[in-house]
This record gives sequence, structure tokens and C-alpha cells, in this order.
Amino acid sequence: MTVIDLVSYEDALASYDPVMGLEVHVELGTKTKMFCGCSTELGAEPNSQTCPTCLGLPGSLPVVNAIGVESAVKIGLALNCEIAEWCRFARKNYFYPDMPKNFQTSQYDEPIAFNGYLDVQLEDGEIFRVEIERAHMEEDTGKSTHVGGATGRIHGASHSLLDYNRAGIPLIEIVTKPIEGAGERAPEVAKAYVAELREVIKALDVSEARMDKGQMRCDVNLSLRPNGTEKFGTRSETKNVNSLRSVERAARFEIQRHAAVLSSGGTIVQETRHFHEEDGSTTSGRIKDNAEDYRYFPEPDLVPVAPARAWVEELRAALPEMPRVRRNRLREEWGVSEHDMQSMLNAGAVDPIVATIAAGADAAGARKWWMGELARNANERGVALDELPVTPAQVARVVALVAAGDLNDKLARQVIEGVLAGEGDPDAVVEKRGLKVVSDEGALGAAVDEAIASNAAIAEKIRGGKVAAVGALVGAVMKTTRGQADAGRVKQLILERLGVEG
Amino acid sequence: MTDIIKLTAAEIAARIAAGELTAVEVTEAHLARIEAVDEKVHAFLHVDREGALAQARAVDAKRAAGEKLGPLAGVPLALKDIFTTEGIPTTVGSKILEGWIPPYDATLTKRLKDADVVILGKTNMDEFAMGSSTENSAYGPTGNPWDLTRIPGGSGGGSSAALASYEAPLAIGTDTGGSIRQPAAVTGTVGVKPTYGAVSRYGMVAFSSSLDQGGPCARTVLDAALLHEVIAGHDPLDSTSIDAPVPPVVEAARNGSVAGMRVGVVKQFSGEGYQAGVVQRFNESVELLKSLGAEIVELDCPSFDLALSAYYLIAPSECSSNLARFDAMRYGLRVGDDGTKSAEDVTALTREAGFGDEVKRRIILGTYALSSGYYDAYYGSAQKVRTLITRDFEKAFEQVDVIVSPTTPTTAFPIGERADDPMAMYLADLCTIPTNMAGNAAMSLPCGLAPEDGLPVGLQIIAPALKDDRLYKVGAAVEAAFVEKWGHPLLEEAPSL
Repeated sequence: MTVIDLVSYEDALASYDPVMGLEVHVELGTKTKMFCGCSTELGAEPNSQTCPTCLGLPGSLPVVNAIGVESAVKIGLALNCEIAEWCRFARKNYFYPDMPKNFQTSQYDEPIAFNGYLDVQLEDGEIFRVEIERAHMEEDTGKSTHVGGATGRIHGASHSLLDYNRAGIPLIEIVTKPIEGAGERAPEVAKAYVAELREVIKALDVSEARMDKGQMRCDVNLSLRPNGTEKFGTRSETKNVNSLRSVERAARFEIQRHAAVLSSGGTIVQETRHFHEEDGSTTSGRIKDNAEDYRYFPEPDLVPVAPARAWVEELRAALPEMPRVRRNRLREEWGVSEHDMQSMLNAGAVDPIVATIAAGADAAGARKWWMGELARNANERGVALDELPVTPAQVARVVALVAAGDLNDKLARQVIEGVLAGEGDPDAVVEKRGLKVVSDEGALGAAVDEAIASNAAIAEKIRGGKVAAVGALVGAVMKTTRGQADAGRVKQLILERLGVEG
Repeated sequence: MTDIIKLTAAEIAARIAAGELTAVEVTEAHLARIEAVDEKVHAFLHVDREGALAQARAVDAKRAAGEKLGPLAGVPLALKDIFTTEGIPTTVGSKILEGWIPPYDATLTKRLKDADVVILGKTNMDEFAMGSSTENSAYGPTGNPWDLTRIPGGSGGGSSAALASYEAPLAIGTDTGGSIRQPAAVTGTVGVKPTYGAVSRYGMVAFSSSLDQGGPCARTVLDAALLHEVIAGHDPLDSTSIDAPVPPVVEAARNGSVAGMRVGVVKQFSGEGYQAGVVQRFNESVELLKSLGAEIVELDCPSFDLALSAYYLIAPSECSSNLARFDAMRYGLRVGDDGTKSAEDVTALTREAGFGDEVKRRIILGTYALSSGYYDAYYGSAQKVRTLITRDFEKAFEQVDVIVSPTTPTTAFPIGERADDPMAMYLADLCTIPTNMAGNAAMSLPCGLAPEDGLPVGLQIIAPALKDDRLYKVGAAVEAAFVEKWGHPLLEEAPSL
């Protein structure tokens, strides 16, 4: 691999102004494919979810998935786009073995949604408006696995395996207008945009938008122009950047790389770039010299799509609360800072917390568990928070037990641990593990008396007014009760016995 | 008893229903005829003897069980090799699909089976339906039963020859620019291109999606109507299929009449390139229509002069995309896969060997016409012409109920005569193409023999979209008048094979 010269990020920004374009593909969560009735379920036996249409067999024809169109309109509306009154599909002609017809059924100059925007909130709370060029419908390709080569790419492979299960899964491609004026925050804007878009898609319930599963994929187009100039520079297109962090890193890397090339008097080649997760670098893909010609023409096998205005308005009226609005509302309701809210969002904790509150917990209690014990556990297991084997209702029950004084913090952690270990509901874990706080006043009183008797010197100090020393006696009681006492109650009892005001 | 193979489909169905014939007898008679003459005619690419007999036995069993039979139950049919047939080879006349056994039935195939029509086999055609002579078949030409040294028309020459040689009383064709009507004209048979969207294209291998239309071929107007009714109708698997009731074509065919009808004659369907005998028979047909009570109206449709040029941009453009899937990856021919070559090389070698010259010519032409920088000048302009043609038809049909013209400017030409002259070949579709461009309906039926060569001449009837029944009403009247005049159906004048 050739060594790529970079200049420092600060130096790059001192001379150049980045312009970005982001293209995001979202796989819709429809039950069936875009143009046939095959299942879209992931993980099936290769080529088991295929039919004449998605295999492109001679004679087969496409039929548009109505849910796919509806999802596209919803996405368009959520992105403040105009919705086409009449639009057509188009064929994008190019050859690749994992594309069964050797053309992709897509949309060209008549996208279903166009001319919108998405406001994204940066970490410091600033709102940045990203203009949307278009959102259009198309189908996914099959999947090639190149065997025998060192890189997993087709070059050097001995043969390739083709799986057409993915061929024909509905995709919505969302393209931004050139993003200008972000300056040094360009990588942050890119990440925030993709993150916000993902939240919007999830809120609309049209896709799970899991980037790690390829349900959402991002191409980062980037160019630099000398500060103070208008004309765009030549862009590079970094393909398949598939995590939020990678989006930010790819933009950052390309800014540094472009700046190095330009400041040494070189020119940027219009090309695609591969992104490398390991070190955040990009390497050259294929040259795009505008000779690429997809020979688009209207798809003659499909009739035009003409979303009725009344239907579009119905969909608009039924849109859910948009994520940024909802986040701000929750932030105020929960009384937390922007920063804390952002942390919860990044951790995927917002929805579990909302659900836990709905199950009866208070906001602070719910947040404490999801952002603490549970976040740590999810991280250790390498799963998302909502994939942990614990329900919001169970977390709410633990919060309730703590609030009632039936559990202290330490015991509650053990209960959560038990639930995660599959030992049953919180109450069952408490029962099985015998974790209930010792609230039997008789037993507790005996333990307190014992502690006072065997720590007479300390007891004397307390009587003499050194209330702070009570901690040592509380510790002794907790020890004899193996931690199953409510420390607050213990302290109260000791002070009562010693006749001291707390 | 009359020879079974000379019976019409309607007669066969009636006799089977009445128990006078069994479906097996009928099928065997046709299989025997194929055995006897197809070596000379070469109408069939594949004869499904076992499948046909099994279907026939099923029909006989149904009748024996007292089940009600459909109007074409037990009638044999020759299916153009462009429709997929589960378990039966489908080649589209191309080497590139040699050996491909489709895993599914076309909607049309399914409808035929559901109607108990007996599918005898798959008929020869110009490769991917590109041609007007069936000479472009990768499997050798088909002879015209009127003169085996002449072409049977194309692309559906196998289907028209099967009818004219009494190998089958019914056949299926597809018509992108005239591939049902021109073969019917030059073989003295009847062929109908229904309104675009009337017959499902699901399972019909695409040539030019916006023009392709399957339709019925027969020896009589009534038989064509009976078949039309079986194969037409909405299909949810074809988005371009019409969601409306099938026009009453059978009723129209049983009640032929032109009395009081306004019949248009288009100025543009005449002039240079029309054979004298064709013009003569056409003019006689117009006189006949007048004598039957029709009013003749002269029409001017200037855009029709541009139809051929526009067609040869649209059809190749769509075909260049439709045929892209034949890349040796998933089905059909694969050449050069010896473990040393790249996928790209294998695709190139396969296409070099698997596509014929005419197919390559059109793929190259279409690829060029769709290229960026040329799109507007070629594909874009052609689509505008298409709009103009549609408007000319709309204006014409404000004045007339149907339009008539010669189906094709000449009678059957000798095999080989135009094989090296694509432009001469393309002219065969001069009168048929405008209908495909506008998507309306048309029929060709025999109107006599050209005096100079004794070969059949076709009369084309064109109706507005969704008014397919008018073709049958007019066609039946013309057919009855001619048969009365000739004393017998035209086909009886064909030499015996």
C-alpha cells in the first residue's frame, strides 16, 4: 500500500474549506422485496429467498411494493421534502454479476421526494441545517463473496459466490445538496447528520437502520476549495462508510489527504475510495472520469407512481414526533443537560429509559440503571442496550424496590445481575438469592446493640457530639447483616440508641 | 369424416364436447401431421409429444367425469418459443438460451393449460423476435407452406407456418412491430395484436417491453377470438396489464358486420414499395367493405412516415437493456469457462457465440441511442414521435371506427433475399409498426392472392385501444364475404405438402 501524505487537520482547515455531499442508502424493513413477493428476512440460506423476478430470469416482470412507496413518502415528508405528484422508475444500466438483470431498477430525474432539509444538532447544541436534494426508491443488488484472494475483493480471487437473497430488497437513497459552511466542523456535521437521519428512520419505523447490519450505508463525497473561493474542487467518493464514527473519520481523513495533495501542487482525481476501519484511512478505488454512462431510461415494465395528494397529507398528519423535537422534550422533562442527553442517545438508552419510565420508574432511577450497570454490561457483551435480556418493566421494578427501601444499591445491582443471568424477574431473584434488606426491627436492633457494645469508644465519641463517627458503627452493622440492611435505617437506629440528634 | 387436421378450433372443441372425437385422437392426428411435414416446414423447435398427450388424456378424463369443458378444451396449439414453459425448453430462437429449462410458466402458458388447450410444442422464431422472416432463428429458417423456398414471415414464422401447414389449428404469437400480423399476412392466416396490456407479458421473454404484445393466431376469425378470450385479462404479475374486462371479442366474431361503420384509409399506407398485387387486393377489400355497407373515409396521418425510424430507436434501446441479463452467470449458454478466464471474458465469449448478427446489431444501436449526450436526440425524439403517432390515431378515430391497410407491402419473399439487407427487411413492418407505437389493436386476415405470384395478401384492420372487439366484428364480416366469393377458405388453395 502506498503511503499517503497527510497534512494536519488544523493546517488543512487554515487553507481550505470543505464541501461535502452525503449519500445514504437505507434498506427498508418491508416484509417482501421491492418488486416481488420474496421475503427480506436476513440470515437465510443463500439463494433461498429468490424467484424468477429477483433472479432476473427471462420473461419475469417487476411489480411495485406499495409499502415500499409508502415508506419512501414518509421518509420524504420527515425530511421536509416535496413529494412528486407523478414519477417513474428508471433503469440504471451497468454490468455486475451480483445484479441479476444487469440493470438496477431505480429512479433518475423523477425522484419521489426532493428539495428538503434535516436540522441536526451538534454536540454544543448548535443547529446545522443539511439541505436534502432528493430521496428515491431503488432495489438492492445481490451479494458477492470473492474467494481465494488476499483482500476479499474481486482482484486476485479464484472464484466468487453469489447470493441473490438481498437482490431486490427495497432501498431508499437519500442524497444531500452540497453541505457548505461547516468548516472545521464538517466531520462532526457528517456524523451528526447520519446519526439524526438514522433516528428519523427509526422513528418512522420503516427500517431498523442498523449500520452494522448494512441496513444503512453511507457514501461520503468530499472536496476542498481554497478558503474564500466559491467554485467546488474535485471530489472523492468514499464508499460504504458503515458506522457513525467512521463517517466522521472518513471525512476528516479526506480533508487531510486532499489538503496534502492540493498544497503540494497536485490535483485530486475524481475517484471512489475504500474506507479502512482499522486505521481510518481511505485508498483509491475506481476512477470516475465522467465516462461512466448508466444509460438511464424510464422503466417500461412499471407504470408511473402518482401518490394522491390526500394520501400524502394523511401520511404527513400521521408522522410521529421527530427525534430532535422529542429529545428536547425529554431533556426538559428529565431535567438533564445537552451533554447527558447526547450520551444517552449515543448509548442507545433513550428508548429503554422512556419505556422504563412508562413502566413506573422515575426518570433519575431509570437513567441511573440504563446508563450505569446496564450500559457497562452491554458493552462487555458487545450488544446493544435493547438486546440485553432485561426488560424496562424489570428495571422499573428494581427502581421501585429500591425506592421502597426493600433493596439498597448494592443489593439492587445483584438483582440486576440475577435478571441478566436469566434467574427470572427481580422479585424471583430477590427470593432465590435471599437479597431482601433486613428490615426486621428486632434482628436489626440486636445487631445495632451488639455493634455499640463492642465499639464502646466510638459510641462514646458519638455521644460526645462527633456524629460523623457513626459511619464506623453502621459499617459494623452492615458487616454482621452481610450487607442486607438499609444503611439509612441503621444509622437512624444507632443515633436513637445513643440519644443523639442526626 | 373430414380430416381432423382441417377442422377449425371451434369445430374441434364442439366435437370433443359432443363426444364425436376424443382430445387424444385430435392430438395424435396433429402430432402425426407434424411428424409427416415438419421436416420440410420446420415450424417447431420442440415438440412435446408426451406432455401434449397427457394434457389430451386429462381433457378426455374430465369429459368422462361429466365436468364442464371450456370453449377450447382439447384443441391443440403451437406456442411461440418466447413464452416460458415449466420443464420445457424455451430458447427464444437463440443459442444463448440453448438448453435452458424455465422453472416457471408464463401467465399465458398457465391460462392455456387452465383452459385445457393442448400445447403441442414450441415454434420457431427470429432470435429474440427480431426480424420479419424467421431467418434470424439460431436454429434454421422455417418454410412458408405456400412455397417452402419463401419466408413465412417473422418473427412468428413458426406459428404462422404451423397453422398454414395444418400442424395446429391455433397458435400464439407476439407482436412488437408486426410479428403476429405480417406472418399471418404472408401465410394466408389470421393474426391479432391485441391492445397493449391486454395479454400478460409475465413469462414472455422481453424484446422491447413497451411494444411487445402477445396475441392469438388461427385460421379463422372466430378461432382467433376464442383464443383471444382465453389468453387476455388482467394479471397482477404484469404492472402494465389492463385492469378492465376483456372486450366481447367472441360475440363480435359471431356477429360480423360493417354496416354503417366508418372505415378509414390512411394516405401514408401507400405509395412506393407496395407490390402491385398487394395494392390490387387491398383496393378490392375496400370496395368489398363499401358493398357491405361501410362508409370509407380518407385519412391523413403524417407522423406515420416517421414511425419506422422512431421504432428502430425505441425497440433497440429497450432491447439493449432487456438483453443485458444474458451474461452466462445464471442460466443458458456459457462459453470459455475453463478456469483461466475472468467472468467478463466468459460473458464476452458467450455473447459472441450466443447472439446472432441482428441481435448484436440492435443491442449496439440501442446502447448508442441511450448514451448520454445522444439520449435526447435519439431516444427522446423517438418518444416524441410516438406521442405524435398516438395523437394521429386519436384524431383518426374521431372520424372512423376502424382503419384498414395492407398488412405488409409485399407477399412472402424468397428465403435469403433480404437476409443481408436489414433496411429492406425492416420495410416489411411499415404498416404494422404505428399500431405498436400507439398501443392500440390490429388484425391481419387473408384478402386474396396476389395475381403476379399467387401468394397470400393480408388485410390489416386497426381499432382504437380497448376496442379489440371491433377487429373481430369487421374481420368476421370480411372473412365471410371473401369465403363466399372464393367458395372456400383461401388456405385451401395452398399446395399440399
